[in-house]
Amino acid sequence: MAREAAFYEFLLRMGDNTLILGHRVSEWCGHAPVLEEDIALANTALDLIGQTQMWLGLAAEVQGAGKTADDLAFLRDAWDFRNLLLVEMPNGDFGQTLMRQFLFDAWHVLQLRALTASSDDRVAAIAAKAVKEATYHLDRSAETVIGLGDGTEESHARMQAALDYLYPYVGEMFLSDAVDAALVEAGIAPDPAALRAEFDATLARVLSEATLTLPAANRARGGGRNGKMHTEHLGHLLTTMQWMQRAYPGATW
Amino acid sequence: MQAPHPNQPSLAQIWEWLDAVPDPEIPVISLVDLGIVRDVEWSDDGLIVTLTPTYSGCPATSVIRLDVETALAAHGIDRLTIKTQIAPPWTTDWLSEKGRARLEEYGIAPPSPAGGPDHCPRCGSPDLTRVSQFGSTPCKAHWRCNSCLEPFDYFKCI
Repeated sequence: MAREAAFYEFLLRMGDNTLILGHRVSEWCGHAPVLEEDIALANTALDLIGQTQMWLGLAAEVQGAGKTADDLAFLRDAWDFRNLLLVEMPNGDFGQTLMRQFLFDAWHVLQLRALTASSDDRVAAIAAKAVKEATYHLDRSAETVIGLGDGTEESHARMQAALDYLYPYVGEMFLSDAVDAALVEAGIAPDPAALRAEFDATLARVLSEATLTLPAANRARGGGRNGKMHTEHLGHLLTTMQWMQRAYPGATW
Repeated sequence: MQAPHPNQPSLAQIWEWLDAVPDPEIPVISLVDLGIVRDVEWSDDGLIVTLTPTYSGCPATSVIRLDVETALAAHGIDRLTIKTQIAPPWTTDWLSEKGRARLEEYGIAPPSPAGGPDHCPRCGSPDLTRVSQFGSTPCKAHWRCNSCLEPFDYFKCI
């Protein structure tokens, strides 16, 4: 695969993950169980959207078609998105949202840490900035998963149900394709599969403290990061997120 | 660095002016105290001020750019370029001693490498509880003192 095309795909994958998860988390604004958690979720979403501006900003620059990060966020349709299916999953209850966050953060921190050594200085700079925020997110999501998992009978049951529902989407983080091969060769990004052992170790440690049980391994559900098949949830999310630019093209303030 | 024109303010003077621009969200400290002004230099096209964001999504970033422009324009700087730089990433180690002291006076516990405040900024008690890892702005967490019972902000250490 041509290197520039692969690089653009990679940047979309990074930026679409943070964009879609950032939007999902922002859906909690004004609805969280307590005020402190509402603020924490909004701040997490804000960090993710900030990171999106950097990744999609660089994607637009690499694409070289005169587009901006906003164009990429608001004027592409579902099949153009390259995010992991995990991040487009609905929020469910508070426990499911935090479980999704934990599974993503555990991977995100490892990915960003590896990217700080990228052969591309721009990628390394964004990763160095984002990894500090992602590390903070992981501290919080891991702690909350432990608190709720090892909490009441009700919270434990809900966290176990969230894990059972979301775990099949974890495998996609570690699938490799031609895009990944081109990036590994150029020294831009790590091979996704190489992050799996450490990810599994983080999961084992946190889930054991949370008294939760990892479901039996099954086939990874993929199709998000390569754009082949998103879930029906993404389109619904986009209709809300992109509404303003679709209804009033080019609107600014 | 080129020699300044006779009527060109010195860089030390510019830093002093910037040190008088308050952070829009925590107005007791200046942009210089916060450590987000990374460089000031004269070029053939006027003054270049390099800023770095605290958090990637900090909504104050655009207001900060505007405040810098406005403050320097008031001192007669009409040719100004503001550059944004993300590497090396901002760290709370760049907060000035003056800034840390002002935060504390204002009732915000300054960042601590231990990961949390060691005493209440109001009454000095070491008996504290963390309420939330996030607070009123992206750079702060929310704590409470168990002695005077006052809630307070803690400036996160990153």
